[in-house]
Parts: sequence; C-alpha cells; structure tokens
Amino acid sequence: MKQLLVSVLIMAALLVSPSYAEGVLPDIPKAIGEPHPEGNEYWRVNHPDLLRHDRDQTVIDGIRDVDASLAGCVSCHAVKGPDAAPLTAESDQYFCRVCHDYVAVQIDCFQCHTSVPDVADQARLLPYSENPMADLQAYLEGVSQ
Amino acid sequence: MIIPTKEKGAEVSRRDFLKSGAALATATLAPGVTLMAFGGSAAADGMKPGARWGLLIDAAKCPEDCSACVSACSNEHGWENNGLDTDPQWIRKVTLKEKATGRENSLPVMCQHCDEPPCVDVCPTGASFKREDGIVLVNRHTCIGCRYCMMACPFKARSFVHEPVTGQKTTTPRGIGTVEGCNLCVHKIDRGDGTTACVEACKATGYNAMMFGDLNDPESEIAIAVSTYASVELRADLGLGLGVRYQNI
Repeated sequence: MKQLLVSVLIMAALLVSPSYAEGVLPDIPKAIGEPHPEGNEYWRVNHPDLLRHDRDQTVIDGIRDVDASLAGCVSCHAVKGPDAAPLTAESDQYFCRVCHDYVAVQIDCFQCHTSVPDVADQARLLPYSENPMADLQAYLEGVSQ
Repeated sequence: MIIPTKEKGAEVSRRDFLKSGAALATATLAPGVTLMAFGGSAAADGMKPGARWGLLIDAAKCPEDCSACVSACSNEHGWENNGLDTDPQWIRKVTLKEKATGRENSLPVMCQHCDEPPCVDVCPTGASFKREDGIVLVNRHTCIGCRYCMMACPFKARSFVHEPVTGQKTTTPRGIGTVEGCNLCVHKIDRGDGTTACVEACKATGYNAMMFGDLNDPESEIAIAVSTYASVELRADLGLGLGVRYQNI
C-alpha cells in the first residue's frame, strides 16, 4: 500500500507542469536508442516487476533475449561523467539513482551487476548534463563566432 | 502445450504465451467462453533441449606448471584470487599423489556439475539449483549467503564473496554476500559459443587437455571420447553422477 502511495505521489509529481518541477524533481539524464513503445510512464511504474520477471527467465531458463534486462537498461540509459568515463552507480547522477535517491528507495542491483555498459557500447553514451539547454546555447554561440 | 514446471512457477510465462501466439487457435464455445489451444514450440531459446553439458579432462596432458584455464576463468568472470583463504576460486589446479608409487598428477578441479548435487539438496532458499541442461548454478537473487552449499560440496567448488565487488563483467554478475562457483560459462553456452573459457584457453596452449560438449549427444566429440576411452569421476563412491570426467588419474 505504501509503495502504491509512493508511486502515485511520484506519478502525480511527474505529471505537474515543468515550471513547477524545476529544481524540485529529479533531473533524469537523456538516454540513447529508440524510446520505449509502452511509454516512459509505463516503465517508470513497472520496471521493477518487468526486471524481476525476466531475470528469472534468464537465470533459470537460460533465455537471454529478454525484453527487460538490466544490461539493456544500462546500455542505453547510462551517461558519461565529466571525465568522459561512464558514470557508475556510486555517482548520485547515475540514471537509476537520480530517482531512487529522490524517493529514498535503496537500489541493490549494482551490488552484483555492473553499472557501466560493455566497452563496445560506451562510445555511444551521451555526456551527463546539468543543463542541456545552456550547453546547446553555448555550443551554438561557439559555432556562430 | 506448455507444462508448467516447478521452476517456472504455476503460470504460463508471458514469453511462452507470446512465443506460442503464432500457432494459437481459439474457438468460441459459447458467448464468454473461449477455448484456446497452444500449438507453438515453447522450447527455451537459450537452452539446448535434452542436453547434458560436461567436461572431459585428460590429466596426462595437463602439465603441472600450466594454469591457463584458471587465469582464463578469472578473466572471463572477473574474479581474482590473491592466495587468501577467503578469496574466490571457481577453478584451481590440484596435484594428486599416489602414496604407494609416488606418481603425481596435476589437474584442474571446478564445480563437477553433479546429477544429484548436494549443494542443491541443502540450499534452504532454492538459490542453488540445477538447470535443465545439467548446469549447477547459484541464483544470486535468492542466495542469502548461508554457505550450507559450501559445506555440502565434496569438491570444495564454491566460494563466498566476502567483500564488496566493483567492475564486474556484464555477463557475470557477482557481489557481496552470495556464494559462487563455476557456472560452466553458462552465458557462452546460451550464446551458442559451444565452449567454455577454460577449454578455449587450454586449446590455445596446445595441450588440449580439456574438452567441452554435450554428453547426451551421441555424435558429440565428448560423448564419443567417453564411450571409447576409460574415464572416471572424482569421488565416484558418492554416486553423484558428475558432468566432469577425468582421464589418466
């Protein structure tokens, strides 16, 4: 019940207009790759169940081509830090932690699972940005000069 | 038709349902009553049906000063053994000596992937389990780190992770508070590589002391080898039906 309440509160918070949200809500880093066909809202609510379902398929039945794998999340959602190396789950800017810290839900996945993508996927990652619009503006100004 | 197994739970999994959808036949018996028949194959795509994966190790070809299999395993799975008693050891080189004659043998020992694994018998949470293709694994999601399996194993094949781990391999998650052991490179098997890291490394050295394959496939190299030449199980007296067999020990 408590979890449901928390989820509802988060959903409500995420649905309010961005002008309210600025500086209050978690700043979720942009991901690469195709957007989820089910929509972000669906994944925000259901990702624990989807991951739990598919992890059992992988571990017990050996099915590795699953819809929801943690490695799959990491390969698109992880971002690079200021040193151009992928952020690990130890960083509070890590894509899982920005929300998990916000709602004070401990995340244990990365005690065992790696929080950075395979080396082959790392080149594709986007850099983490506190303020993507300012970065873009600075870039455009740089180009125009 | 999908027969739910104990491991799979009582319900048809979402994946099996979707996979069998292509051959789904429905018949409406009465308004609101629908009969559905599943004609699709529900075979797991990662697991070869009816397989029994195993290793055959020829101790006569295994030199005492070579530990290529151990370092290959360490690299593949990201564990490190610095000689402490508490360090993980998925595979190790063991020297056997026959007391009467003084003849010495060197061979790698890892999880023997028993047919009747004692580690599975004693596990209180079901985390230690045998896959349908005979690979004995630890499901770290349910492992509580009690270490009963380590005590039950006659081959000392399992280790406990005492310290926090960082920088794991994507294909081998491992972390503090759980038990681990040789998983027969299950990610490589599911990927269809048809070999393990240790066997690959052994081949690369040229000693060719190790062979991997499906013991249940009569045409496989390993099945032909075990049916042609003498091979033994370690501690055969325990009657555990091991997946790893040795020659010339």
